[in-house]
Amino acid sequence: MDFQPTEDQKALREGIRSFVEGQLPFDRIPEIEKAGGFDRDLWNEVAEMGVFALRLSENEGGVGLGFSDAVLVFAELGRRLVPGPVVWTHLAAGLVDGAATGETVVGGVDLMGPTPEPVVVEYFDTLDVLLVLRSDGVYRVDPATCEAKPVDVPLDPLTPIHHVTALPEGDKIGDADAAARLRLEGAAIISGVQLGLSEGALELANDYAKERQQFGRPIGGFQAVKHMLAEMFVKQEAARAGAYNAGATLDAPEVADVQKAVSAAKVTAGESAIRNARTGIQVHGGMGFTWEVMAHYYLKRAWVCENMFGTQDEHAEKIATILEAAN
Amino acid sequence: MDLRTTPEEQKFRDDLAAWLASEVPAYGPPPSTHDWDARRAYDTGWQRKLFEAGYAGINWPKEYGGLDASGVEQLIYFEEIAKANAPYIGVNFVGMLHGGPTIMVEGTEAQKAAHIPRIISGEEVWCQGFSEPVAGSDLANLQTRAERDGDHYVVNGHKIWTSFAHVADYCEMLVRTDPDSSKHGGISWLIMPMDLDGIDIRPLPTLEGEGEFSEVFLEDVRIPVSNLVGKENDGWRVTNVTLRFERGTAFASDMIQLQAFVAKMVETAKKITSDGATAWDDKALRREIGHLSGELESLWAMVKLSVCEAKETGVPGVGASAVKLYYTDIFQRTTELAVRLLGRAGISRSDVMDLPAQHFFARHFNAISTAIAAGTSQIQKNIIGERILGQVKEPKPNPA
Ligand SMILES: Cc1cc2nc3c(=O)[nH]c(=O)nc-3n(C[C@H](O)[C@H](O)[C@H](O)COP(=O)(O)OP(=O)(O)OC[C@H]3O[C@@H](n4cnc5c(N)ncnc54)[C@H](O)[C@@H]3O)c2cc1C
Repeated sequence: MDFQPTEDQKALREGIRSFVEGQLPFDRIPEIEKAGGFDRDLWNEVAEMGVFALRLSENEGGVGLGFSDAVLVFAELGRRLVPGPVVWTHLAAGLVDGAATGETVVGGVDLMGPTPEPVVVEYFDTLDVLLVLRSDGVYRVDPATCEAKPVDVPLDPLTPIHHVTALPEGDKIGDADAAARLRLEGAAIISGVQLGLSEGALELANDYAKERQQFGRPIGGFQAVKHMLAEMFVKQEAARAGAYNAGATLDAPEVADVQKAVSAAKVTAGESAIRNARTGIQVHGGMGFTWEVMAHYYLKRAWVCENMFGTQDEHAEKIATILEAAN
Repeated sequence: MDLRTTPEEQKFRDDLAAWLASEVPAYGPPPSTHDWDARRAYDTGWQRKLFEAGYAGINWPKEYGGLDASGVEQLIYFEEIAKANAPYIGVNFVGMLHGGPTIMVEGTEAQKAAHIPRIISGEEVWCQGFSEPVAGSDLANLQTRAERDGDHYVVNGHKIWTSFAHVADYCEMLVRTDPDSSKHGGISWLIMPMDLDGIDIRPLPTLEGEGEFSEVFLEDVRIPVSNLVGKENDGWRVTNVTLRFERGTAFASDMIQLQAFVAKMVETAKKITSDGATAWDDKALRREIGHLSGELESLWAMVKLSVCEAKETGVPGVGASAVKLYYTDIFQRTTELAVRLLGRAGISRSDVMDLPAQHFFARHFNAISTAIAAGTSQIQKNIIGERILGQVKEPKPNPA
């Protein structure tokens, strides 16, 4: 057992990190926001980095990596708030033609949870294909056949949404097991994004606390602030452990209960992303409550992720069911 | 990132599991918490068994009778110990987890020869005389004086919260050998035999009504100079060696045992009924338990990460303080939920109607102490804020 990221994984992480920081400096965000949250050029560049084809085998035109690599990569995308239906398209690679290269933009809707209403779909306008997860299978739907209206004000300014009022059944392209599997994988990948959000929110707050002076000294020198940052660090590390554990368990399912590992990650990283974002705003004080600083983007994205592939509550119940069976 | 165990690691796990499966039930349950002589005998007896089987001193070098196990083997060890519900390290805590390791690194050959074999085999029990009434978090502010008189130090002072003092043979003692030096500069680390004249141990009952720790009054206690560990006045550096061991993986086995505690909560929730339904039928409760169990899974993954990182860098990962904070937080929330679950049975600390009130409250009180002992949670947060996140330090008081 060696739970550390390997040298290759560290290099992969560094590579993606410098790529997203280069392509998406924070001052580009307003422009992308104005363009409706989707930027074709950025999307193509993400595709060229191999993000969608990451887990496809090399003879399928992929990179041949595993879930632990995917979690690291998506953490970097989360950390920099990269917009677009990146997770769904990544999941669709190998299932939907053109997803692996990003030519086909794939979004999705997960109707397997306990309360599937209302059906709200991210980036609906941009989608070439809509995947629908139902408990009996995976369905492929042509977005043009749906009735949908854009929602005026999405929560996350970088995640436009539509309310889909009529959703045709579409073509079944996978059975019940495939649907459950995609959902599990989606939850693991999202926990990676949530780790990235936790990290991004802390980094922003930590830097601010070093610069911002009150009472003649940096606010980070005051324990009330320093301790908030330390709590964010603990949450971030818990999210990291949870997300890595989910990825590594999916890669070696014989070592432990995969569902438990993934649900644990979704619970831990989900809580971390939301809490860190909120505390991050607090560290920024009044400035944190403005649209000017990035802090609120982290909070808003965290809530989008919370509601993808099962909420904390839902995953907590899954774990409880596992505990009950063991008892 | 690979969670699979190698064939060698798996063999280690299988052998240990087989040994524990036969030895643990045969050794029997621990004695009453109030009978300290019996507890010492029980804990040290188990230590001796581990030693004879070659399973003592998991991270100690082979030359000192240890296993010199890799980080991964240590994780496996903790997992198996917890799974087998093996006896807790108990009174061996200080000797095995930080006193002994400090002597291995800093002690003279004579000190090593005198103590190491006896600690690892369960013959010698140690305690820790660091804290004083005025020096807790501000440990370097300690006032206990040691004055040189020929080849002895004459020690006068007052230690407090000294766990296991009443059953210990030796104490890792911090004393001030140079009162004129700077706060950190005049401290020395001594081995104090607990049977010397002038040592007065007064039990200080904990809120559990337990005799876990004592106050130790020292009046003209004569400690041979040969018991000095490291150089005179260099004790602060030695202390940091000790604290590094103390804050390392010392809590690892407790963390996994929390998973067993959660299982006990599920079992209890199924037994508690009101309005014709069991507590386990309550979705909100199930969610809360599931949430905590998920966090525990991540906590253990955090330990795995930190151990694997330490293997690479040679020092405990920067995350050690984060692990302790997260553990303490989950521990407190879990055990608080457990006592909430008990309802009115929880205003008793004896088991009523077969509900584990005694166990649940013992764990809850333990959880509360974990946020105080070995550096409070606030101090851990300062460490993270300053040493990891690079925020400016707190203002230091003017030197006197
Ligand atoms: C169960 C138990 C067993 C123990 N066993 C031993 C033992 O065997 N040997 C031994 O030597 N000691 C032992 N201790 C003592 C323990 O190490 C101290 O209690 C601990 O370090 C805190 O010191 P204090 O009690 O003096 O609290 P104080 O330092 O007085 O702190 C009181 C409160 O103020 C906070 N505080 C203090 N300074 C700061 C600061 N700079 N910033 C923010 N907050 C601060 C603390 O977090 C705490 O909440 C034990 C304690 C317990 C509870």
